[in-house]
Amino acid sequence: MAESTTFFRDGMRRLMQNPLAVMSMVILLLVILMMIFAPLFVPYGYEEMITVNGVRDPAAANLAPFHYSALEQQYIDQGGKIFPHIMGTDELSRDYFIRVVYGTRVSFLVGVFASLMVLIIGVLYGAVSGYAGGRVDLWMMRIVDIIYSLPDLLIIILLAVVFKESLDFSQIPIFANLGTNMVSMFIVFGLLYWVGMARLVRGQILTIKENEYVLAAKSIGASAKRIIQKHIIPNIVSVIIIMTAQEIPAAIFTESYLSFIGLGVALPMPSLGSLANAARSGMLEARLPVGHDHPHRPCLQPHRRCTA
Amino acid sequence: MSEQKIRKINVRVANPKPHRASSDHPVLSVENLHTSFITDSGEVKAVNGVSFNLDAGKILGVVGESGSGKSVTAYSILQILDQNGRIVDGDIKFKGKSLLEYGPKEMDAFRGNNCSIIFQDPMTSLNPVFTVGYQMNEALKLHTKYNTTKLATERSIQLLEMVGVNEPEKRLKQYPFELSGGMRQRVMIAMALACEPDILIADEPTTALDVTIQAQILELMKDLQKKLGMAIILITHDLGVIASMCDEIIVMYGGRVCERGTAEDIFYRPAHEYTKGLLKSIPNTDNMKERLVPIAGTPINLLNMPKGCAFCPRCENALKICLEEVPEELMMPDGHFAACWMNLKNEYEKEHGKEVS
Amino acid sequence: MADYEYLVEVKDLQMHFPVKTGFFKTTPLKAVDGVSFNIKPGETLGLVGESGCGKTTVGRTLLHLYEPTGGSFKFKGEEVTSKNIGPLRKEMQMVFQDPYSSLNPRMTVEDIIGEPLDVHHLYENKEDRHEQVLHLMELVGLNAEHATRYAHEFSGGQRQRIGIARALAVHPSFIVCDEPVSALDVSIQAQVINMFEELQEKLGVTYLFIAHDLLVVHHISDRIAVMYLGRIVEIADADELNANPIHPYTNSLLSAVCVPDPIKAKANKRIILEGDVPSPLNMPSGCPFRTRCRFATDQCAKKAPSLTDRGNGHMVACWNK
Repeated sequence: MAESTTFFRDGMRRLMQNPLAVMSMVILLLVILMMIFAPLFVPYGYEEMITVNGVRDPAAANLAPFHYSALEQQYIDQGGKIFPHIMGTDELSRDYFIRVVYGTRVSFLVGVFASLMVLIIGVLYGAVSGYAGGRVDLWMMRIVDIIYSLPDLLIIILLAVVFKESLDFSQIPIFANLGTNMVSMFIVFGLLYWVGMARLVRGQILTIKENEYVLAAKSIGASAKRIIQKHIIPNIVSVIIIMTAQEIPAAIFTESYLSFIGLGVALPMPSLGSLANAARSGMLEARLPVGHDHPHRPCLQPHRRCTA
Repeated sequence: MSEQKIRKINVRVANPKPHRASSDHPVLSVENLHTSFITDSGEVKAVNGVSFNLDAGKILGVVGESGSGKSVTAYSILQILDQNGRIVDGDIKFKGKSLLEYGPKEMDAFRGNNCSIIFQDPMTSLNPVFTVGYQMNEALKLHTKYNTTKLATERSIQLLEMVGVNEPEKRLKQYPFELSGGMRQRVMIAMALACEPDILIADEPTTALDVTIQAQILELMKDLQKKLGMAIILITHDLGVIASMCDEIIVMYGGRVCERGTAEDIFYRPAHEYTKGLLKSIPNTDNMKERLVPIAGTPINLLNMPKGCAFCPRCENALKICLEEVPEELMMPDGHFAACWMNLKNEYEKEHGKEVS
Repeated sequence: MADYEYLVEVKDLQMHFPVKTGFFKTTPLKAVDGVSFNIKPGETLGLVGESGCGKTTVGRTLLHLYEPTGGSFKFKGEEVTSKNIGPLRKEMQMVFQDPYSSLNPRMTVEDIIGEPLDVHHLYENKEDRHEQVLHLMELVGLNAEHATRYAHEFSGGQRQRIGIARALAVHPSFIVCDEPVSALDVSIQAQVINMFEELQEKLGVTYLFIAHDLLVVHHISDRIAVMYLGRIVEIADADELNANPIHPYTNSLLSAVCVPDPIKAKANKRIILEGDVPSPLNMPSGCPFRTRCRFATDQCAKKAPSLTDRGNGHMVACWNK
């Protein structure tokens, strides 16, 4: 008998053979590290205007990367220490680098949180529908069809308006910073975006259910819960992981374009979309801010729903 | 028994070239064929030196289990191997001319006019979106003189009648999924016969069919062979099918020929340990009350071929030399060939009158 | 528990699947249509027939994997219903045809064999479970060192052994074997057939052995039942059936077998059946075999024959033979 290999080991071996995948992993790791640790060593805040020696410096607006304002230069010449503006500063003389770091944080969190919600709701719904089959499956899938037909952007805007009027999130710490728009976005994700996942999981379960090992488990007397847990879910885990991974960038793009059109996070909290929007005004005349913005183009990227 | 001792024994070692008693002009001869597949895990040597002759109008059976290289041998003849498959060594001659020197056009002509193949699963070999008639007409127009739709349709009806399809006009208008398994296999045979080939290769033609339908198809193939006089290579794992159909039989294991001879040679006087084991391990009409004698172990892993005889790890009587060296093909007293060191040992014992170990 | 002569008593078992044949119309697909047989403890009943004749459905219906639409099934003298099937699953098990799809690729061999133990809580602690699994692996001739491996690392024959060990884990008295050797290589089939026979001697289990290979079924079975289109047409002792088949379908089935013996095989006169098996959605009236039968008469179209005893328990369902 040949050397024992597990699925994990086999998968790792193939991953390591793919240079593009390994490089992407390294870059992603760098971005995540930067996101976590940059605020620890960069002495600026995302909403803080640059002060030199305790004095507000209005001249430090729209600086190019690694440039200093006159006041800062003077302070450095006197022997003071000033952390360089890695990506320059914006028109309100805030450090751009730290704003990009926080913007990435917000976008990333939104992406992960949203796809987690999609994962939980979608897998549960799809698993029940697929396993139960028959009439239950029929009705559950018709509900999915109805939800699928609702325009997501419209609902986000409507919910945001309703929440702004009726609910007060300022007492809850995270929500207060992100704003009502974000809350309605999460709710929309929870309500609408899981349908793709549910459909996919249901389809997978319908095929896995036909395998004889499921029949074997039934003939042993295993309960439906045990069959779903032990025999069906482990065999569709790969598909679920891929779908979830695709859901993260989808959520980030949604957040970005909502922020870009002003429906995203509340100011002054930055996000990748609002940063891009801020840079848009200078796109034609000044090349620097946009040239050093995060390299993605929110306005050209329509939100894509997964229809796998 | 040491290698030197074996070398000293003077027995009739078979000529490495395929030879036979019956005919000097075989329609197809395969000489020392080696076919490999290049995979991620290394070179898979699917066929390792297969030689045989096929005479016109004979049925040659190739029997072996999965991984024995029987199908790959057939695909090598037609050069329809997968992308990563190569004929590494050896030669295949059709009426004396080497097929390996054929260009793509000549090969196409060979596949259409001289040699046809039918596969195990008739459902996947017919295109589900076209009618049976359309598919048959296309093949006929491409390869034969029936080059108009009218002529081709007439010919299709003739062919379907020949293979025993009832209401052929109606069948021509049907789609493959509307036909039963046996009917589809008949249509496949009719298509294969469209160009009146010299050779028909049947790759497990009845494995997917029921016993009674299998009987229908086998009878049909025998009839057609008698009527049209073509040669058939019948590839199967079913010793029963082989026994009832074939004149000559090749037993394959691990990409090599274990034994070749007439049906009577193989079934009544097997001279290779694998053939002997196989015959003991299958239920037969006369061993119903006895326990079967199985061949121990598991089928061969082509990625990890033993150095010597491929069957050695599962052979009960394996000798030391079996581990080290690939056995040569010997002619047995009755004129059939077997590649097993045991025969040499027996010969030696007969000559010297004592046991060797 | 009631006294019983037969371990398994099946009477008029029916399994009709509803099939949509039109917008509002459903037609019953009569996969099993009135099947009756008995199996004594320790006996092997072979069930043969062509694909689509309902032999697999019989096996699955007995284990209540499908809910039967009619008839009765008594196990150890007790009627089996969907209510009391739970504990009875310890008594009845199944071995499946395809050793590739019948084992979960994400479970180790130990977990696959141990699953019935988990479901029925048949062990005291982890060590006890481990020991029971190792014992089962030894019983079916698997190397105990391979307990932590995954199913895809094994060959077809070894995988079928794993499937058999799983079925044996709950110490069943009745095992339905659904074509357990037809997916295996010729040289491996004998290993598995022998194992079934040895296990029967050692553990005294009763088999319902479903297969289409008549030689294999004849070898392993004490009695054989022949099915055609959802009905049993003939049932007799294995040797009696092979030596002295009465039903015309059994006759042609036996003559179609390719015996691995060239002289016998070439001397064998095959009785070739005309045409194909009719669709079970559109069954002929009366005897289902009459459309392909050489001896069919008017009577056959009117009423389906029932099994009648022709001596020594040789039962045949035919008007004319």
